[in-house]
Amino acid sequence: MAVALLSLVGLFVSLYLYLYKLGKVGALVCGTGGCETVQLSSWSRVFGIEVSLIGLLGYALLLGIALYSLRPTLAERPGPTRLLAALAGGGVAFSIYLTSLELFVIHAICRWCVASAIIITAIFVAVLLDSRRFASRVVRA
Amino acid sequence: MAAEPGRMKGFYITFAVVAVVGLGAIAWVLSRPSTVEIPVNVTVQPGDTAGFQGYVLGSPDAPVEITEFADYQCPFCQTFATMQMPTIEDRLIKTGRLRFRYRDFPLPMHPHSRLAAHAAACADDQHKYWPMHDRLYQGQGDWSESDDATAIFRGYAKALGLDVAAYDACMTSARYAGRIQASYDLGVRYGVPSTPTMMIGDKLYSGRLDSDAILHLVDSLAPVGAAADSASHSR
Repeated sequence: MAVALLSLVGLFVSLYLYLYKLGKVGALVCGTGGCETVQLSSWSRVFGIEVSLIGLLGYALLLGIALYSLRPTLAERPGPTRLLAALAGGGVAFSIYLTSLELFVIHAICRWCVASAIIITAIFVAVLLDSRRFASRVVRA
Repeated sequence: MAAEPGRMKGFYITFAVVAVVGLGAIAWVLSRPSTVEIPVNVTVQPGDTAGFQGYVLGSPDAPVEITEFADYQCPFCQTFATMQMPTIEDRLIKTGRLRFRYRDFPLPMHPHSRLAAHAAACADDQHKYWPMHDRLYQGQGDWSESDDATAIFRGYAKALGLDVAAYDACMTSARYAGRIQASYDLGVRYGVPSTPTMMIGDKLYSGRLDSDAILHLVDSLAPVGAAADSASHSR
């Protein structure tokens, strides 16, 4: 449940940043000005794809899986949780890469990107905590 | 883990609240006019005008130079740019008889003229000043009364093939506010009374100067034959 809620928040953050890149929302509400610097840098794209779009699709996928895994018939199956762990782990690794770019290459911090990094980390931690119930069952068995 | 019904109900309520708040926030930012502010009466720094003498069309060897002080939101400037300028270009600029210099003179009563001037300056960064100049004047009726001129200008930048991210960065930084102010201050010093005003030598010609009048003026100042042979006009 926490994963679904956090994914929904992350999805809105990514959607806001992507709408900015599409020119639909004017200047970003940021406070420091670092958001514009980061979002307009060449690092805001990976292989020609907007990072915010990658985030949007990633959070949408996490949200879909998290909601799907809430079905009672799937509650005892570890598959969805493992899939969430893999996706969120990849998201955390990507966020570490992006945050290091902000700190050491771009020299500007985008608060929305930091928010997203915190959200994906929280999702990963929530998934890991949830996955412990399967591990404990294996031990008991 | 099969969640109890009460817990699921709490989750659904929380989920709905987050969804409504998030969608509301997105709807709010989408509904805001995406404005960029170009400050007025900024203190002009030496770097603002370094190497800049206006936007120039025509050969450096042309015997006559006209400087136009114009405002993108001024209807007479629009008529001049769209109706008279093509003839002037064909008959005077491309033939090497005239060098044309454009200077911004954004009138205080026109809320979008500085923004338009800045959009053109940002297009100049990508060597598209004159296409943007023409597009701004052609579209004046579309943006003049609009609450969202920023987005319209951005659309022009996109349609002209500019790197939109670089254009956005230029616009949000308002880096040419000082340059625009410097051109305006220059016009004030010369005594520009209205727009468009043409300056030839030290004489000012304001009002509805058409291409015929400019042809006659250039003829009187530099009769045919006195023009430079090589015209390096380019847009």
